[in-house]
Amino acid sequence: MDIAFLLNGESVTLHDVDPKRTTLDWLRETQGLTGTKEGCNEGDCGACTVMVTDETGAKAVNACILFLGQINGRALTTVEGLATQDDLHPVQQMMVEEHASQCGFCTPGIAVSLATAQLNGNKNHDDVLAGNLCRCTGYAPIIRSADRAAKALVPEGFAPLAGNLPGSAQDPDPARPATIDALAQALMTTPHATLIAGATDVGLWATKSLKDLGPVVFINGVKALHDIHITDEKIRVGAGVTIEALRLALAPYHPNFSEMLRRFASLQVRNVATIGGNIANGSPIGDAPPALIALDATLHLRRGTETRAIDLESFFIDYGKQDRRPGEFVEAVSFKRQPDRLRVYKLSKRFDQDISAVLGAFNISVSNGEVANARIAFGGMAGTPKRATHVENALIGRPWTLDSVKAALPAFAQDFDPMSDMRASASYRLQVAQNLLVRAWHDDQGTATSVLEVQP
Amino acid sequence: MSVGKPLPHDAARLHVTGAARYVDDIPTPANCLHLAFGLSDIARGVITHADLSGVRQAPGVVAVLTAIDLPHANDVSPSVHDEPLLAKGEVFYHGQPIFLVAATSHLAARKAARRAKITIDPRPAILSIDDAIAADSRFEGGPVVWARGKAAEAIHTAPHVFDGSVELGGQEHFYLEGQAALAVPQEAGDMLIHSSTQHPTEIQHKVADALGVPMHGIRVETRRMGGGFGGKESQGNALAVACAVAAKRTGRPCKMRYDRDDDMVITGKRHDFRITYRVGVDDAGRLLGLEVTQLARCGWSQDLSLPVADRAMLHADNAYHLPAVRIESHRLKTNTASATAFRGFGGPQGVFGIERILDHVAAKLDLDPVAVRTVNFYDNGQTTHYGQTIEGFHIPAMTMALLDRADFAARRAEVDRFNAENPILKKGLAYSPVKFGISFTLTHLNQAGALVHVYQDGSIHMNHGGTEMGQGLFQKVAQVAASCFGVSLDVVKITATDTAKVPNTSATAASSGSDLNGMAVQAACITIRERIAAYLAEIWQARASEITFTDDTVSAPNGQNMSFAAAAKAAYEARISLSATGFYKTPRITWDRVKGQGRPFLYFAHGVALSEVVIDTLTGENRILRTDIVHDAGSSLNPALDIGQVEGGYVQGAGWLTTEELVWDTKGVLRTHAPSTYKIPACSDRPRVFNVSLWDQPNHEDTVFRSKAVGEPPLMLGISVWLALADAVAACGEGYHDMNAPATPEEILKAVGRVRTA
Repeated sequence: MDIAFLLNGESVTLHDVDPKRTTLDWLRETQGLTGTKEGCNEGDCGACTVMVTDETGAKAVNACILFLGQINGRALTTVEGLATQDDLHPVQQMMVEEHASQCGFCTPGIAVSLATAQLNGNKNHDDVLAGNLCRCTGYAPIIRSADRAAKALVPEGFAPLAGNLPGSAQDPDPARPATIDALAQALMTTPHATLIAGATDVGLWATKSLKDLGPVVFINGVKALHDIHITDEKIRVGAGVTIEALRLALAPYHPNFSEMLRRFASLQVRNVATIGGNIANGSPIGDAPPALIALDATLHLRRGTETRAIDLESFFIDYGKQDRRPGEFVEAVSFKRQPDRLRVYKLSKRFDQDISAVLGAFNISVSNGEVANARIAFGGMAGTPKRATHVENALIGRPWTLDSVKAALPAFAQDFDPMSDMRASASYRLQVAQNLLVRAWHDDQGTATSVLEVQP
Repeated sequence: MSVGKPLPHDAARLHVTGAARYVDDIPTPANCLHLAFGLSDIARGVITHADLSGVRQAPGVVAVLTAIDLPHANDVSPSVHDEPLLAKGEVFYHGQPIFLVAATSHLAARKAARRAKITIDPRPAILSIDDAIAADSRFEGGPVVWARGKAAEAIHTAPHVFDGSVELGGQEHFYLEGQAALAVPQEAGDMLIHSSTQHPTEIQHKVADALGVPMHGIRVETRRMGGGFGGKESQGNALAVACAVAAKRTGRPCKMRYDRDDDMVITGKRHDFRITYRVGVDDAGRLLGLEVTQLARCGWSQDLSLPVADRAMLHADNAYHLPAVRIESHRLKTNTASATAFRGFGGPQGVFGIERILDHVAAKLDLDPVAVRTVNFYDNGQTTHYGQTIEGFHIPAMTMALLDRADFAARRAEVDRFNAENPILKKGLAYSPVKFGISFTLTHLNQAGALVHVYQDGSIHMNHGGTEMGQGLFQKVAQVAASCFGVSLDVVKITATDTAKVPNTSATAASSGSDLNGMAVQAACITIRERIAAYLAEIWQARASEITFTDDTVSAPNGQNMSFAAAAKAAYEARISLSATGFYKTPRITWDRVKGQGRPFLYFAHGVALSEVVIDTLTGENRILRTDIVHDAGSSLNPALDIGQVEGGYVQGAGWLTTEELVWDTKGVLRTHAPSTYKIPACSDRPRVFNVSLWDQPNHEDTVFRSKAVGEPPLMLGISVWLALADAVAACGEGYHDMNAPATPEEILKAVGRVRTA
């Protein structure tokens, strides 16, 4: 495959390269650009953070699980591209002044994350850096430098503008479709191809499982999959919409869902990970499916020219088994517009950038003091994202009171028989699943239930 | 004078631009090979068959080595030669290296290593503390016991007696730069090693033994590490030896770096402990008698476990006088990765134990936890349980300053009010001090060397035995050198640690880096300065002792002066040697580790912290809301770097006791072997409000510019977070929380349950 992109402002065209090589390995081993570090090789530490710019803007991304095939037609900025000959980037300058580096190994990734945030005017530095681990500083001086740099001007000429992006190396390659039809056709030809959108899961198959991915299809060039349609009746989200784009889009409609997505992995991951991937990989601990199931979402699948729509809930058949045929792909997910009653609670050992031990989504509507309808779904409680139907039935038609909630708690044991693993024990999972329903009730009464909202 | 100034880290500009070079960034010749280990997939067993043909045939593979292919010593142990580089027929933990692959790329080596077909006949594995006790599996013959007074009697006659037991988890270092080494063959069989190590001399020693050459044939260079925290004191040996052996066999440069998962599985971590106790106190909570048992899970080889366990015993008092005490320490041998040095080196476990005990006492007697601590503080002149006299003890005064600055009384009332008003969320507020002994307990390690050159243009080249892992040691020592010569810091060149420049170095560990190496560099600088002064005194008709070196100028009282650069040139032309070594050994320390008696430490460093947290009683989720710290770094060599150590150490300590949970399964497989499952603090986990100040008092001992060591002690201030979480849990009911560590949300929720049902 040929791949064309800008590297720190210079045009690069790679001819006939393996598109499944990681950008990090290419930078370090082939280009000798060793400023970008490998810390974990799985997108969890951020030492390899680079800035990728496309027509939608500049984004921080983990280079260790970013395949070369994903950067075609984009601009890549590494830590070596932040400073000019004479001047440090303001983020770098403030990091020096505020003693924000100690061992220095996480520092290039942090500098790139902060420079990208500074460019985008994003001052939520805790969120910006959730995916950049530092083991030395305790983060305080990094935040001090970020706050100071946020007030500085973006250096002139920093970050290539969308208009200056290189044309993609557009050899008509079926592994790089540009339209949904071409994607559908490619998958009819190669039904077992691995689809690569953000590669935040598939990347680990390569870097950790050391799998040969076989035939792949890069789908981030299929612009039509990036659409979010919002009408008075429904919200339809294309499979290629990134989690970060979804987070922003949902904020006005389902703010609690949006807030949960703020804690979905890290910004580097959310910038490329897609809702289609989060659903299609079938993980029992994917964070979006329980919330979407609670919203009674519909999944839109396509195979060749054939399309079908199913309840999202029914897509998840069993652990590792989804209702997707060879050659079929997720095109979109949609759900009805509805008054926002959705509460989504994610529990993990660490607040940010952690995988859920338990995720509970509660869509409970109340009419005249009684539970009119309840859709409750959980992640981390079974081999698939799963509804708590017994709990729902124990609530529907009952007064919306703490007594009713308590009376419904034993039903959790009918719905779930969770497992113990390194994230939590079975007994903790069952107990907190129950407690999350209690929280949902208290939350609805206006009682303070979130430690994140408590001030010193 | 540059000493005392808050200057940035010497490499800060290189860090932020990505130009700072770590081992894996060093340009290598094109024929460089890359190494990976093949690992045991079970915890204990005998290797009955090893088919490595698939490995040998894998793309890019150049060589595959097993134990029988090693030419000389098959040993990477830092202590008692019980740790082979490659397994010798038997495996003792899941993740133990069995064979070594050399291939043309890192990825090719990793892929090839997975193609081995190794059959291991499993044997019963000893995994837990209980397994080890049951099997009497331990290092040393039996438990080590130190005692003072008659603890059992004192407990028996005490008005109140409490006993308990607490589990205290280990900790993965998670240095951001994984272990790495590069060996470059030299002429005549010599070897140049670049290693990410805190202990270049040990790397040199182990590589020399593995190649069967004298130490002079091996040169080890370490410019910097991307974090160490004790995890690179001994754990780098395997990689350096592997590279050297493979380089010798193939004649090609060899590089090895662990993939993160391999790093977490293969290398040792902080020792997990179980601490049981029985304590007798009076009505004020004053400690009358104490019996403590420390059970340390050491893993499969001895590594540094004995001194780690010793230091846990040495810190069983923390800041408190123990009139009658018996400490029993069990060093348990288990089929898990060999636990190793980690910032604090056993001290944190010892300190945690006594803080937990005082927490228990305060809870049971319904006393103010701060008051219970205050009545037990040492007084100057008292002796520790191992016989060292307490001098220069700052904790009482620091505590008063902290509680005042942090507005403790008002906030305590506010926390109680919050808890009365909130049914779901509860706040906690807790104080803890740390007193940490400074010096290696193995006395001969308390030495350091330095090499300083002054060039004829007045520029200075500085080298010493310490290594830079982010703590700012090089900058601090450069500030010492610049101050000695009265020159600005940019005149001083900081260079990589190099066993060919300064020999027989100690590990940069035990917080000793600037104490030891700063003094050694100062000694070298003074030697050169005195030579220059003697020469100039002669030509200026002045007394050498009156020649001063300040503001880049050398001056005599009679008004004669010249720039330092001119003085260097003049001295050179007068055939004065401008190169000197420096040496330092810590005075006044004596230690008998068998008896547990003596003066192991030159002095103590102190710190105090107050942490405020909030918990969710439905889930155990929690946040640190505010932290106030006052820390004693003596007369700080560089307050900015020292505050950085305090902030970072505190957060690392808080992580150890909250989110950082190591989980092994029933087969001895570490399930938390990547950052996806092992959670060090992320950015938002730092305290919302974080006030750190230094207690600016000169060290009463004659240390370098009267400063104090600062690397390890602040980690233990993180214990205040665990105590604050326990305080919040206690707000839920009447029972004792009996909480273990780490206090994950699950552990906190369990403790809430215990408090409510009691």
